[in-house]
Amino acid sequence: MSVTLKQAEQKDVELVDRIISAYEGQPGSLIPVLHETQKVLGFLPRWAQDRIAQRLNISPSEVNSVVSFYSLFSEKPKGKYCIGVCKGTACYVKNSEGIIEKLQKELGIEVGDTTDDGMYSLEVLRCLGACGLGPIVTVNEKVYTRMKPEKVRDMLRDIEDMEKRGE
Amino acid sequence: MSMIELTIDNKRIKVDKDSTILEAARQAGITVPTLCYLEGVHQVGSCRVCVVEVKGSKNLVPSCITKVQNGMKVITNSERVRNARRTMVNLLLSNHPDDCLACAKNQKCELQQLAYQLNIRENPFEGQPSRAVYDDSSPAIIRDSSKCILCRRCLTVCNSVQKVSVLAPLGRGYDTVISPAYGQTVMEATCVQCGQCTTVCPTGALVEKSYIEDVWNALADPSKHVVVQIAPAIRASIGECFGYEPGTVLTGKLVGAVKALGFDKVFDTNFTADLTIMEEGSELLHRISSGGKLPMITSCSPGWINFVEQFYGDILDHVSTCKSPQQMFGSVIKTYYAQKMGIDPANIYSVSVMPCTAKKYEARREEMQSSGFWDVDAVLTTRELAAMINEAGIQMDKIDEQNFDIPFGEGSGAGAIFGNTGGVMEAALRTVYKLVTGEELENVELTDVRGLKGIKEATIRLGGRDVSVAVVHGLGNIREILDQIREGKSPYTFIEIMCCPGGCIGGGGQPTPTNHETRKKRIEGLYKADRNLEIRRSHQNPYVKMIYEEFLGAPLGELSHKLLHTHYRDRRTVQ
Repeated sequence: MSVTLKQAEQKDVELVDRIISAYEGQPGSLIPVLHETQKVLGFLPRWAQDRIAQRLNISPSEVNSVVSFYSLFSEKPKGKYCIGVCKGTACYVKNSEGIIEKLQKELGIEVGDTTDDGMYSLEVLRCLGACGLGPIVTVNEKVYTRMKPEKVRDMLRDIEDMEKRGE
Repeated sequence: MSMIELTIDNKRIKVDKDSTILEAARQAGITVPTLCYLEGVHQVGSCRVCVVEVKGSKNLVPSCITKVQNGMKVITNSERVRNARRTMVNLLLSNHPDDCLACAKNQKCELQQLAYQLNIRENPFEGQPSRAVYDDSSPAIIRDSSKCILCRRCLTVCNSVQKVSVLAPLGRGYDTVISPAYGQTVMEATCVQCGQCTTVCPTGALVEKSYIEDVWNALADPSKHVVVQIAPAIRASIGECFGYEPGTVLTGKLVGAVKALGFDKVFDTNFTADLTIMEEGSELLHRISSGGKLPMITSCSPGWINFVEQFYGDILDHVSTCKSPQQMFGSVIKTYYAQKMGIDPANIYSVSVMPCTAKKYEARREEMQSSGFWDVDAVLTTRELAAMINEAGIQMDKIDEQNFDIPFGEGSGAGAIFGNTGGVMEAALRTVYKLVTGEELENVELTDVRGLKGIKEATIRLGGRDVSVAVVHGLGNIREILDQIREGKSPYTFIEIMCCPGGCIGGGGQPTPTNHETRKKRIEGLYKADRNLEIRRSHQNPYVKMIYEEFLGAPLGELSHKLLHTHYRDRRTVQ
């Protein structure tokens, strides 16, 4: 960990330490600590997981096991535009899989990854409760309804326009 | 103990009220197949192979975790039960590689045995192969997740028994893989290489790295002088691979079989166990008299050394600088023995047979070349040696007994008990007593440090003062003792630590199954070996005296330092 910690920004380490301190000694604090850490760092880098393990006196493998189990935790930095595709039952039967395939091809990344330029990341969502409007795709806070693989390029162009306009 | 009555397969039986259905069935002589279940260690009911029907219950219940009830009616062998079990095993097989013929666990695989037992001849399910991570980074352990059935036995021994906590399930659902954190390799992780996981893995997902081919090649090479040393624990356990009762001591037959494999010389690690006692005992006395770091901790167990380097790197000066008997043997073979026999050490191939996977790792530590070569070229586990004996067609029950070769064929009883928890302590005290008082210890058997209790303590009267000692086995028991040392509050002068539960007789390279019962019997076997030897004190071993006279000089002398002692590294990743 010493190596990865050195690479981490000192201020990030302090932020994480402050979060852990607030929960230290409380049983069942791992998940809230992970939540808050991800909120400030955007994802859960390895140094942060190691730090949490050490301070909460649990093994890194247990921390990493929890992080890798829950889809809401991410071990990779998220892109500026985080694209989520719903794979809930209703969206799934309306071909959200096709949308995912198309997005993977267009962006050149797999689900869970981020493009090298840090612009896009792609993830799978569980039901958002808007089944009647499915398949649902979200881009950060924005929601695209009744999506189709054929509409993926338009959506990406939309995002590029947003980026150009500096929104 | 209050008893209750229940019916299993129309048989009325009385059992303890806290029994599980599985235990009750076994008591009644009924076999219920199991897979993930590991008696007393791992009982979680995840594989569902042990399901049975219980009258009045809608669903089949897993018998390994369901407690018996008064008047319960259980059927272990109905069509519904058989179909469910087969479905379960078929699903496990659906994404399992079918390269059984070439698998290290062929014929020892519990999944394979179960498929046979359940008469599975074809599989209706065709599954996508599971996520395959093949990790052969370690010289000791190979991890092949394609063969993993996610039973989690390895997690239980790693996390709950040894408390090293390297393994965890990563990911979820179909993509779950049992792995060190962040998908690290075994070598990147803080694995201590103890191999306890390899003794409980039901399939070929966790196995030792095999050196069988290397050893066959050396044996076939006429330019090589191939010597082998056999660790104390092997004689009391290898019989299990050939149908003998656990704890049967087969020293003579073992030597006969190993000679028949073609080794030029067959030596006894008990000899360097005695040498270790001379060095370690002298070191202890030196520390006591010169105000050195105390308590001193033994250093024979390479899994323990990996543990202390990676988790307690700040207390390394408490660990004896003595090499383990395996490594002492290695360096003596390629120096003293080579000189004595007039053999170029470059042509000596040095093999050791160990109950241990961490010994494979230890032999590849870069500092273990004090002879100028790898002091030990290849390490075989008990299981690997048994496999070689089988391959050579040697029948253990027919082979004649033979003696170890001279000059390293003589070991004292003290050397023999190095293989079990408490043995190194007992052996050391037999000699230290003599070194301090000049007299022999009257009763050599120190019962206080015997047995399978996790932490054992004793106080010995030595030269006018009371010396407190502790004996710990199983890494899961040691943090308490080490934390005391860290805080400067340790009440002990000398501590024996062995990595594996029961000591080396329960090592990661031992025959399976290794459980409480087999550990107990193997320990009894070694104590019997000790009792049957005329020489029971290391310092009385004539060949130990000889090597000091002819070669080493005195314990802790200059040559000893170069060849028999070592140093450790603080390898903590978290400080």
